[in-house]
Amino acid sequence: MQSSGSLRPIVIPGEAVGGPGLKPGSGTFSDNGQIFAAQLGVRTERDGLVSVIPLAGRYIPQPGDAIVGEIVDFGPSHWLVDINSPYPAPLHATESPWRVEFGDTARYMKVGDAILCHVLSVDEIKRVQLTMADREARRLQGGMLMEVSPTKVPRVIGKQGSMVSMIKDMTRCEIYVGQNGRIWLDGEDRNAAVAAMAIRLIEERAQAHGLTEAVRELIERVQRGQAGPRAT
Amino acid sequence: MAEEVVSELMRAHVYRLASTGQRVDGRALDEPRKVTVERAFVKTAEGSARVRLGNTDVLVGIKMSVGEPYPDTPNSGVLSTSVELIPMASPTFEAGPPRPAAIELARVVDRGIRESKMVDMKKMCITPKEKVWVMFIDIHVLDYDGNLFDACSYAATAALGSTIVPAKNFGVGDDFPLPVQHWPVSVTVSKIKDVLLVDPNLDEERMADVRLTVTTDENGDVRAMQKGLSGSFTYDEVKRIIEISQRVGRSIRPFLQPT
Amino acid sequence: MEDIEHIEKHVKLIDDSGRRLDGRKFDELRPIRIEAGVLRRADGSAYIEWGGNKVLAAVYGPREAHPRHLQDPARALVQCRYNMAPFSVSDRKRPGPDRRSVEISKVISEAFSAVVFKEQFPRTSVDIFIEVLQAEAGTRCAGLTAASVALADAGVPMRDLVTSCASGKIEGIVCLDLNKDEDNFGDADCPMAIVPRTGEIVLLQMDGHLTYEEFQKAMDLSIAAAHRIYDLQRDALRRRYSVTLEDILKESPPAAPSGERMEPAPSDFDLGPEGI
Repeated sequence: MQSSGSLRPIVIPGEAVGGPGLKPGSGTFSDNGQIFAAQLGVRTERDGLVSVIPLAGRYIPQPGDAIVGEIVDFGPSHWLVDINSPYPAPLHATESPWRVEFGDTARYMKVGDAILCHVLSVDEIKRVQLTMADREARRLQGGMLMEVSPTKVPRVIGKQGSMVSMIKDMTRCEIYVGQNGRIWLDGEDRNAAVAAMAIRLIEERAQAHGLTEAVRELIERVQRGQAGPRAT
Repeated sequence: MAEEVVSELMRAHVYRLASTGQRVDGRALDEPRKVTVERAFVKTAEGSARVRLGNTDVLVGIKMSVGEPYPDTPNSGVLSTSVELIPMASPTFEAGPPRPAAIELARVVDRGIRESKMVDMKKMCITPKEKVWVMFIDIHVLDYDGNLFDACSYAATAALGSTIVPAKNFGVGDDFPLPVQHWPVSVTVSKIKDVLLVDPNLDEERMADVRLTVTTDENGDVRAMQKGLSGSFTYDEVKRIIEISQRVGRSIRPFLQPT
Repeated sequence: MEDIEHIEKHVKLIDDSGRRLDGRKFDELRPIRIEAGVLRRADGSAYIEWGGNKVLAAVYGPREAHPRHLQDPARALVQCRYNMAPFSVSDRKRPGPDRRSVEISKVISEAFSAVVFKEQFPRTSVDIFIEVLQAEAGTRCAGLTAASVALADAGVPMRDLVTSCASGKIEGIVCLDLNKDEDNFGDADCPMAIVPRTGEIVLLQMDGHLTYEEFQKAMDLSIAAAHRIYDLQRDALRRRYSVTLEDILKESPPAAPSGERMEPAPSDFDLGPEGI
């Protein structure tokens, strides 16, 4: 579906994005009644609130975020999880799906394990706690991991999951997209590779026209090549 | 900054693919990444080259001056190689004096150039025992995505191949191109469990058990070797790697020579 | 001064019609080219060519600040490391920081510290790296200008970009953007950096000899030029991305499945409920 919208310029930090009558949303700051962009991104306005959708930036955890993490350390009653964020994220043993005895943490998960979990809480000084209390949370086995910029996650997922659903259907893969930009793919190796290529395309061309079509065409083309009589 | 942890999951994935002859980036096991060479990048240097090997990006500058020879080689020019792993190239690089990895890199690249007699150091003598050309090879790693041994070596070779000796500045005659007589090419092979991979990218490098860098010249003769990491090779594997190096080296050499 | 010239020069740096050795008039900048997003590993990066300067800038962060005891519990640290490659100058420079590099690193760190929203990231560090690959006077201005672009490219929240420029005096005439010869043989050099929107001055250094009036002339030249340079910074960032708003927000429905019934997939991690 071609967009007929005119090219909306990127805003850069310090650029004016709104004046009196508008309220400053995320990605902006106000100074003397005027609102300015705080990050490189795209300006949006809704119901009198002006925000900037950032085009780049580290993952800053929010409570409730579903994420893909990696165990990097552990203690007698917790594991330390790398969630691709400036802040280390502990997962307390009591927030795991198991009954873990004190000192026994390594028996359940060790350094190098990848997990699906959620952000339980983030306090005022950005201390993060994780939880595996959710039904879907688990230690991951098999499959592969990839990473995209966290700012591209909404594009990879699509409105109400439509983009990621399309990729899953077309490649017969399980795909979990963490809010922190880490993505787990599980399927037959060739299918997972195609799904990964599709996700890379989205990351590189997140702002392009007709992205959904481009992704669908890419998957179809690669699958035709894989199934074709000619050896690659 | 601590070394980044590689997940068990990805180790298993990369190995599973590799044992069927595939790699995550679609390359064959014995296929190096794309090499691009940009010569004369830095005008303040007598020779320079910026090389990209996949996403690994290295800039080498050659600086020449006149000085005294070493006492044990009075008729020979002086060659000195150093590597800077600058912090912008990787979150794992810290500012500070060169760590063992940087020193090993510099010495291996140096060995490949020196032992292949790429530059005839006797021709770099101006007045025996008194005045010789002093050549600095300064390797600046800008972006690290695996296999610095080869990327640094290629950049150094390409830079030397386009260096002009600044004789006029030092009052010892006219400027002339640095006389290059051999073209060493290094090829690094990493092993993950029992699979050999040529030109490992960052992920493959982090998972490797052992690696071997072999530098061959245009005749296929071996000029330098360096085994790294704490795993081991069988003798057959070493022979296979030398053959791979000769073959892959041949395909890369034209990129490093002046057009 | 990046270089020590051993040879005396007796050439006029600026002639009677106001032309400098490189053909510029007193208020002209050297050619500048900026590109954003040039490295893969770094969170943000930029490359600048400014006259004969070639400078690379990169940003990591916000990231956990190390060592731990340097962390600020209330805000991010903003730390810049300025470094010159050994081959960046005609007389090879030994690798490693010298006192000049340490000083420049400090004043640039302080410049960026004035604009980054540090309080949003307690206990972290925003690390800025400036690497001079080829030097021709004005490397700190070029580096700072590129580093601003790298910070924006990394998505670090800031009040504004920072733009930097220098002016000086050669043979009694106040001139913009001195090149290497002018810097070596001129009478004064005054690098500065401003926050373009507010005009706040966040870096200011000077060496040489300027009357109070000459200083004001030099600042006027630099501030006017900074606005031209700011346009180049903004264009570099815009070139890196292009976008229509509709594409960001809309999503066309997926193609209808080809008739096969897939196993119901477990619910994927999507834009989940806010809070717990």
